[in-house]
Amino acid sequence: MLELDFVVQRGDFHLQVQHNLLHPVTGILGPSGGGKSTLLGAVAGLVKPQQGTIKLDGRVLFDSRSRIHIPAHQRRIGLVFQDGQLLPHLSVRHNLLYGYHNIPLAERRFTLESVVDLLEIGPLLERKPRSLSGGEQQRVALGRAILYAPRLLLLDEPLSALDERLKHQILAFLLRIKDEFAIPMLYVTHAVSEVQFLADCCYTMESGRLVLLQDADPVMSSGWRQRLVTQ
Amino acid sequence: MLTDMEWQALALSAKVGAWATLVSLLPGLWCGWLLARKQFVGKPVLEAILFLPMVLPPTVPGYLLLVLFGSQGVLGRWLLENFNIQLAFNWKGAVLASATIAFPLMVQAARIAVQMIDTRIESAARTLGSSPAKVWLTVTLPLALPGILVGAIMVFSRSLGEFGATITFAGNIMGETQTLPLAIYSATHQVDGNNMAMRLITICLGFAFFSLLLSNLLQRRAERWLGVRHA
Repeated sequence: MLELDFVVQRGDFHLQVQHNLLHPVTGILGPSGGGKSTLLGAVAGLVKPQQGTIKLDGRVLFDSRSRIHIPAHQRRIGLVFQDGQLLPHLSVRHNLLYGYHNIPLAERRFTLESVVDLLEIGPLLERKPRSLSGGEQQRVALGRAILYAPRLLLLDEPLSALDERLKHQILAFLLRIKDEFAIPMLYVTHAVSEVQFLADCCYTMESGRLVLLQDADPVMSSGWRQRLVTQ
Repeated sequence: MLTDMEWQALALSAKVGAWATLVSLLPGLWCGWLLARKQFVGKPVLEAILFLPMVLPPTVPGYLLLVLFGSQGVLGRWLLENFNIQLAFNWKGAVLASATIAFPLMVQAARIAVQMIDTRIESAARTLGSSPAKVWLTVTLPLALPGILVGAIMVFSRSLGEFGATITFAGNIMGETQTLPLAIYSATHQVDGNNMAMRLITICLGFAFFSLLLSNLLQRRAERWLGVRHA
């Protein structure tokens, strides 16, 4: 469970979140500039809130009162950006193993082979990121984050740079990650269909506030689960 | 082809250039990184000070070095008394003079090299468990390396051409501080020095031209490597 109760103030921008996120995959919808990326940054440890607390499964990641701010590299929270952000000087193999080698042997949950198989990136292993297509880069970025065995996976509009065909392909992989690897996810996007496909519950974020979408809201009531089942 | 004196000037220039490059490398890298990545009070002032040697007549830093590091200077006396190191009027002084004049080139090259790196790549590395120091070593430094190399070549080239600060601070002593430009200057003051001046000038032209060529090639290669330039 991710317990959020914090404030980020940057100039005119004000982000205030006070929610407990319980579901395996939580979707957050909203327009660009609404504070979605800042929220992920605060959870990942890249953005330091002015005040409040952030807890993941009972572990305090941030607490302004007791001056606790666990740095990003000690949080074990994976983050996948819109455009992959692979390390351009390393091969796909070494990109995949970058975080994997940073964790103790006993804490490694997945093997390189299993992740490579799941994401179907075997033929790419010796290539450099710049020679990969957008979809391939994004799959490698996902694989790299999974191999790091994160306690939580943050996805910051991971599909927005891809065309429709690739979106569906990666969404299918994400669903498999959710089902087979059981890594909780916080999925940020402005595409309703992605959230409908993947998320167990959905929030919207507008001008720095998070609002839970109820079953009566258009996104939730469009019968998307049924449609999925029948497809 | 070349007389002993000309060989001496050539070898001394190479030695002074190499040492000047070596001593300005780490401080230049640090200053460049500071300017590229950090926001702090007084940054414009520091920037102005760092780039002063580029716009001042080289005799000005040369004279200031003499005041500071001459045998009567505060630092000069301290170095002499405690470490038996004398800088003024010997080849080490020529290194200090060259490094002072060429330092902004190193800072500028390092700054651009670091600025070219997307900070989100560094953030991605942090969310994969790398401490800031490790991110620096495994991401920032390798990605900035081609740019740093260009900076080093620029410093070396500038050192080869350094005249004003060297003659003011280190003098024009044959075999000790008489580098190529100083030897050319001396040759043009001799009645029969025309041929000698011409030979030294040819060497200087070749040196400078190939340094710039090399730095341009490296720059292109770096851009390809980082994915900024294609093929």
